[in-house]
Amino acid sequence: MKVRLVDIAHARSGDKGDTANVGIIALKREWYRLLARELTERRVSAHFRDVITGPVQRYELPNLSALNFLLHGALDGGGTLSLKTDAQGKVFSTALLRMTLDVPDDEARTLGLPAAP
Amino acid sequence: MKQVVRVAAGQGFWGDWLEAPRRQVEGGPVDYLMLDYLAEVTMSILQKQKERDPRMGYARDFVGAIDSVLPAITERGVRVIANAGGVNPVACAEAIRDLAASRGAGGRVRIGVVTGDDLLPRLDDLIARGHTLANMDTGEPLSRVRDRVLSANAYIGSTPIVEALRRDAQVVVTGRSTDTALTMAPLRYEFGWAADDWNCLAAGIVAGHIIECGAQCSGGNCLVDWRGIPDLANVGYPIVNAHADGTFEISKHPGTGGRISVPTITEQLVYEMGDPHSYITPDVVADFTTIQLEDAGPNRVRVFGIGGRPPTDKLKVSIAYRAGFKAVGTLVYAWPDAVEKAQLADRVLRERLDRLGLRFDKVLTEFVGASATHGPLAQTSADLPEVQLRFGVRGEDRAAVERFTREIAPLVLNGPPSVTGFAGGRPKVEEIVAYWPALIDKTEVQTAVEVIA
Repeated sequence: MKVRLVDIAHARSGDKGDTANVGIIALKREWYRLLARELTERRVSAHFRDVITGPVQRYELPNLSALNFLLHGALDGGGTLSLKTDAQGKVFSTALLRMTLDVPDDEARTLGLPAAP
Repeated sequence: MKQVVRVAAGQGFWGDWLEAPRRQVEGGPVDYLMLDYLAEVTMSILQKQKERDPRMGYARDFVGAIDSVLPAITERGVRVIANAGGVNPVACAEAIRDLAASRGAGGRVRIGVVTGDDLLPRLDDLIARGHTLANMDTGEPLSRVRDRVLSANAYIGSTPIVEALRRDAQVVVTGRSTDTALTMAPLRYEFGWAADDWNCLAAGIVAGHIIECGAQCSGGNCLVDWRGIPDLANVGYPIVNAHADGTFEISKHPGTGGRISVPTITEQLVYEMGDPHSYITPDVVADFTTIQLEDAGPNRVRVFGIGGRPPTDKLKVSIAYRAGFKAVGTLVYAWPDAVEKAQLADRVLRERLDRLGLRFDKVLTEFVGASATHGPLAQTSADLPEVQLRFGVRGEDRAAVERFTREIAPLVLNGPPSVTGFAGGRPKVEEIVAYWPALIDKTEVQTAVEVIA
């Protein structure tokens, strides 16, 4: 089953220099393990391949049902150097939420995941 | 000892809601009002102001904020802690003293001033003694940009603020204190937390992180159920209700809008997060993977379980330097084929800049309405009603950037059709003041506290 990330998680992003961080949070605690399994560094790196120039690092916060991603080389130099509208990486959060996951039907039913429209 | 210490956030950055400090003090009982004014490049803006006038160099909004709360804080004994001092905390404190005098409270408001974070006068000496102040992102030594440095300030911790509170300051003004120290210091002072009580100190830091961006933890900029967040026009700013054991609840005043819930607090916790295991501050390293949250009633979240460990022997230094010039010009193209028209204008503009022989370090084109924020992730085949061409250049040569600013308006008559939105005039050339993060040995930084009235 196709599941849109925007239907099962929320997120906030910010900056440190030329790095954007995206904290992504499962909307229900029981959905965190799915996020942790699916949102690998490789997967997120592929998602942003045409948007950032550096690597992606991931940290796990099971206590908050959250993952934190650092997207390096995301902000055209960052801070005041950047010419970007989103020089401070404020909306990388929803850019990540554009992702769609493929979840086995059984698991999607068990977890009560909303199907992508 | 107080059972509960209440720290209210009244500003999340310089430019935040002017109403917030007064609403926090008058909306219900609080013990401390915490005002955070300093972002990474704010110090350099303040340094430029101080160069023009030696009595300037602090966040002047703070004087207005104190004016808006002065009767209330003196009646109720609310104490104020702010990093509004910027690069001139002494002048800031004197401005508050003069304000109090002019409002008939002369001599009754004790103001603590924390100094010692300013490394600019000592920079050459530090470099000469072998401190490279290497850029934490690039590894380059500071000597590469030394002649362009505008300001250099160490991020200092809670200790001098605690000292000012011990000496009965009602208003504490600091320079480049960490944002989180402004909240942690009064908790450490009130509860007498030892300098090596790592878990409690870390809890104070986490409390500070949650409220340092003001309403961003109480419903502002909150994605989860954003349509359902009530009465944002009347949003309540957050309050930490802390206990001696390092646990605390986040709340807001009754009758205010916004929302405090586990999701709104979680969004703020992950904001600007690096490695969550190591949130490094001058006082303690907090471990964000230990934080536990639970609902504790309407608009109330309990925070507990926080672990910390000893800090490093370094302080982070915020250095600002001149890094060339930039300008951004915009034009709006209308349906039909708005994106294609803007794309053609972009090609025309680039060709003209090339023919003029103008060279820039960076040229960036964005199509606002189509792809500016999410780039190629936001593909759409729709024929958009309009799109804004946003064209920016950056370089060391001011004249080249100036020349670029003359190339936008002509496109209205000599470029692609259906163009508007140029009423703002020529783009402004802006000098770039860039941020250079570095580390310095703690032993090199001595803070001092003075109390004036």
